[in-house]
Amino acid sequence: MTTAPLLIGHPLASKEHARHALLYMCRIRKFEEAVEDLFGRGMMHGTMHLSIGQEASPTGMCMALNLTDQITSTHRGHGHCIAKGADLTRMIAELLGKEIGYCGGRGGSMHIADVDTGNLGANGVVGGGIPIAAGAALASKMMKIGKVVVSFFGDGAMNEGAFHEAANLAAIWKLPMILFCENNKYGMSSSTEKAFAIDNLKDRALGYGIPSVNVDGNDVVAVYEQAQIAADRARNGEGPTLIVAETYRWKGHSRSDKNLYRTKEEIEEWRLLDPIPKFVEKILESKLMEQSEIDAIQAEAQDQVIAAVNEAVKAKSAEPSGLLAAVFKEISA
Amino acid sequence: MLTMAEAVREAMSIAFDERPEVFLLGEDVGIYGGAFGVSADMYHRYGAERVLDTPIAELGIVGAAVGAALAGMRPIVEIQFSDFTAQAMDQIANQAAKIHFMLGGALHVPMVLRTPQGSGTGAAAQHSQNLEPWFASVPGLKVVVPSNPADAKGLLLSAIDDPNPVIFLEHKLLYKIPGRDSVPVGSGRIPLGVAKVVREGKDLTIVATGIMVNKSWEVCEKLAAEGISITLIDPRTISPLDMQPVYESVEKTGRLLVVQEGPSHAGFINEVIAQMAGSSSFGSLIAPIKRLAGMNIPIPYAPQLEKAAVPQIEDIEIAARDIVKNWR
Repeated sequence: MTTAPLLIGHPLASKEHARHALLYMCRIRKFEEAVEDLFGRGMMHGTMHLSIGQEASPTGMCMALNLTDQITSTHRGHGHCIAKGADLTRMIAELLGKEIGYCGGRGGSMHIADVDTGNLGANGVVGGGIPIAAGAALASKMMKIGKVVVSFFGDGAMNEGAFHEAANLAAIWKLPMILFCENNKYGMSSSTEKAFAIDNLKDRALGYGIPSVNVDGNDVVAVYEQAQIAADRARNGEGPTLIVAETYRWKGHSRSDKNLYRTKEEIEEWRLLDPIPKFVEKILESKLMEQSEIDAIQAEAQDQVIAAVNEAVKAKSAEPSGLLAAVFKEISA
Repeated sequence: MLTMAEAVREAMSIAFDERPEVFLLGEDVGIYGGAFGVSADMYHRYGAERVLDTPIAELGIVGAAVGAALAGMRPIVEIQFSDFTAQAMDQIANQAAKIHFMLGGALHVPMVLRTPQGSGTGAAAQHSQNLEPWFASVPGLKVVVPSNPADAKGLLLSAIDDPNPVIFLEHKLLYKIPGRDSVPVGSGRIPLGVAKVVREGKDLTIVATGIMVNKSWEVCEKLAAEGISITLIDPRTISPLDMQPVYESVEKTGRLLVVQEGPSHAGFINEVIAQMAGSSSFGSLIAPIKRLAGMNIPIPYAPQLEKAAVPQIEDIEIAARDIVKNWR
């Protein structure tokens, strides 16, 4: 199943933009629900990190990016991948260990990359993608090709050395980079209150001379508006920006999580701040669409994910025969 | 006669001239010319953008090189001492080495990481290690250990051409030494994964890496005067490893001595022994395989202690003579 072309611009700029933002957020939600279901039915092995509740952040950020702009992503990366335009069938196929999967079954959930949509890869190491994004931004600057590079990471990554070293390089070299922190409040079980002595994570940017901003990470419009400002800064050679999107992970860290470190009440409070109804309300207020059209988009996202799962399930399993030859890229003559 | 530092610089300069996407980044590689003077005047010849000084941030530097390589550049990253690669190991071992395989082959990392290693400078335990087994044990990295200027030039040009991450380990005592063979003019490449038979003899095969090739050469010369003739083999690249010349030589000599500077325990040279033990040439051996390697200790500071920690010419000489004399 191929994806619709990416649409750049404000989520309420037109009916098409609103449709795009809603469709992509719903795709992420339905994709993650499908992954959970496949796990529950024993059809997937390994582990999974779901981003349910966080859909507005990648969607709003990627609506400010051109197709050729690049991203690095995280272990909780399905949303980034989808928002940048990845093919749902190849994503599901990867999770199911199929040959047509993005990594041919060699990477799985934590390592999906899609060069065609500028996705330089998810990463199994917290913070691992941030220096890589700085390097891709350095390449963009050296080659004078005007690409913006966004590194998505979580609050946990802000305590990794990789964040600090990359933020400093981006600052001193004025790289066309956006450091996009999805503050979902927990690094596995460690709350930001436990892991940080500062109240606002955006203050970390002060130490590097980087402008930073907080945004409601569950509001796709607010995320887009800040993303657009940061992307403009990057394109104008003004250097990096840190965006801290305040959001929340509804599900556990991974499949082993028993949620012992937080209360049901806290999870319920955040469920009321669901980014999808929040955007639907804005669409209705703007009168860009009727409720029936909104319902149809949500159903469309569900159908797309079901179609992707059905196609991926039928695909050929990855074979071990090619593994050894896949370690190195062949030297071309 | 070029020294190894000059040969490495010449290879980098040729690559700079050939490809606009090649650049050098690292601590003090710019106007300072590199901690060991390897980049020297390149900053003045190629400018601050292509000879890029960085803050002291090894993880960030290597990560930036990985990202730049993914995005179409061809970085050469210099880490001031190989010991400091420990700071950057996530980007080396978890990122650079695995990206091509793990991400399904859509991306690759044409990056060279050059770094000086080895003891002999009185810099003690955190500036003197031989860490090649760290890198050699990670699938996805190619590992080069040049022993002389001519090889260093040709191998580095191949490493820069290579679409995969290459770790290029330069022994710092070799930087100021001219080789026995002059460095060829021009841009000739030496392919990675091809061992070099440095000299041929009939009584003993020595496999040595890096600076131990030079030390072993001295022993070959000395023992030749006593009528003992030795084949000396330099693997040059330890990943991939070319064992064929070792098998062929052992079939003629029946005796094998392996020498490395790094500690013996789990050292690279043990791989040579393991592969020999599993080969059909094993039956040609008439003597137990002899291994000479560094002591299993951190490199100490005082000169007499430092010297005692790694194989010296006299140690190689004694071992070589003993094998040949005692096993007939």
